[in-house]
Amino acid sequence: MRTILILLRKEFIMIFRDRTMLPIIFVMPLLQLLILVNAATFDMKNIKMFIIDKDHSATSLRLQNKFSGSPFFRIEDQSMNVEGGHNSLLKGNADVVLHLENGFEHDLMTEKQTKAQLLVNGINSRTAGLINAYTSNVIADFNKNVIIDNLHLKGDQMLQVNISSSFWFNPSLNYKNYMVPGILVILVTIIGMFLTALNIVREKELGTIEQINVTPIKKHQFVIGKLFPFWLIALFELAFGLTLGKLMFDIPIEGSLLVLFSFAAIYLLVILALGLFISVSAKTQQQVMFVTFFFMLVFILMSGLFTPENSMPIWAQRANAINPLAYFMRVNRMVLLKGSGFADIANEFISISVFALVSLSLAIWRYRKTK
Amino acid sequence: MATQEKIIHVRDLVKKFGNFTANDHLNFDVYKGDIYGFLGANGAGKTTAIKILCGLSYPTSGTVEVAGLNIYKERENIKKDIGYMSQKFSLYEQLTVQENIRFYGGIYGLKKKELNEAGNHMIETLQLQNERHKIVGDLPLGWKQKLAFSIAIMHNPCIVFLDEPTGGVDPKTRRQFWELIYQAADRGITVFVTTHYMDEAEYCQRLSIMVDGRIEALGKPEDLKNEHAAGSMEEVFIKLARKQKETS
Repeated sequence: MRTILILLRKEFIMIFRDRTMLPIIFVMPLLQLLILVNAATFDMKNIKMFIIDKDHSATSLRLQNKFSGSPFFRIEDQSMNVEGGHNSLLKGNADVVLHLENGFEHDLMTEKQTKAQLLVNGINSRTAGLINAYTSNVIADFNKNVIIDNLHLKGDQMLQVNISSSFWFNPSLNYKNYMVPGILVILVTIIGMFLTALNIVREKELGTIEQINVTPIKKHQFVIGKLFPFWLIALFELAFGLTLGKLMFDIPIEGSLLVLFSFAAIYLLVILALGLFISVSAKTQQQVMFVTFFFMLVFILMSGLFTPENSMPIWAQRANAINPLAYFMRVNRMVLLKGSGFADIANEFISISVFALVSLSLAIWRYRKTK
Repeated sequence: MATQEKIIHVRDLVKKFGNFTANDHLNFDVYKGDIYGFLGANGAGKTTAIKILCGLSYPTSGTVEVAGLNIYKERENIKKDIGYMSQKFSLYEQLTVQENIRFYGGIYGLKKKELNEAGNHMIETLQLQNERHKIVGDLPLGWKQKLAFSIAIMHNPCIVFLDEPTGGVDPKTRRQFWELIYQAADRGITVFVTTHYMDEAEYCQRLSIMVDGRIEALGKPEDLKNEHAAGSMEEVFIKLARKQKETS
């Protein structure tokens, strides 16, 4: 025990004597939350629309006004011919082109139906889908007005199904509520994994680990001495990030913090053990950076930060069973947004504990005092 | 000072890295109280052998006993009883002199009182009173090496391994360093030292010269000089190295 305390004291002195440490601990979460949460938005605003209006009738004008009055659309330009619209789509000046043929109004009046064409830039399939949905919504609304006006019906005479929907757990569909918990997971993971991995391999590069390896220090003492400080720092980082999230974005904290931090504590063991494993297997900081970066990238992209896990292919969902980040991502959102308790995330708890056990054993086994 | 009690016992020690044989059937004994010089040119296999003796590296084959303990079975117990100073300075440069002393003393299980006494004595001997709370990385190389040596023997090991401790150190500091080595030997600590400086070889009580992974000569400096009809250890060394070149 005394040996562990001596190791810890040395480790803490060295960590806080390092001038880059404090900025990493305090500035990184601030920047990540500020930049990523605001930038990585799913909301669509200012959809650039180009209108080809060959009809120039009262009805086509009304449809145009419907779009220009919407906060989501910005009419970039309009013309009478098709080329103008196609060109602006090609040049990227427009996200969507609305094409109204000559006779738009006439058809509506005589045949009770008319046509409009929508051309959407599909490079980003997610945006394209959203633009399509937004535009259809506006047109549907327009349709309703046309029916009411032209058929001289009163609103309540129409047979229609009124759908009233409400969104649970995130009533206003505030994407920040969704992003902040996700970003916090990334933050804690990066801090834990990189700092641990770099710290140990640095001792290798400097040769100080050799001096440690000729002492009677036991393997578990060394490992605890190395991991505990970063475990503590990463947990502090989670608390700090949550506070920032609450203050800056007023994210909901529905569940118990005890549940969240208990899970984080075990989750961090997995991450730190992975960092340790990488660093005892590598020879230089460069190798550590590359390997860690690779793992982080795969873990993050698969974790469900941006893409919902459910919409991934089955094989990817299965692969996520061994992605610790996916578990914490899920648990963090469940606890913060849904207020899930121990019972609700029991499965995740068991899985992450098994992970912790396996990865820690692997890392300790891999660390050799004798080559 | 040397007695007949064996501190290191090595028979047929072989260490191979793939096809390369770094240590080729080494045989030697080091007795308690010896200052044993382990000489050889660059790449002769000295560091490899030292790392095996310290338990940092596994031998490929052979019998090795340090402080009466078997290197295969009792490596961790051996570590309590040895000191080691590597070729590369490996105290913590970001820690102060005092913090390094406290850290290593603590790791070797020195009690608080012992630790304070040993620390104060060390600071006094090395005349580091003014540098006590300075970062080790800022000290001149010679001072660092003396500090590293003193820390390596703070826990009174039975033997200390020094891998080129005076590399890059000025002549005056080298002399002071050897004074420290003699003081340690007086305390009963066996010293196992590698060096490139042949004048230092003369300070050793017994020594061996390694050439290409093999021990080519072993004995007291005077005996070796007589045997090879040489005026100095430097001549002995060059003769052995040259002989090796002609035969290969």
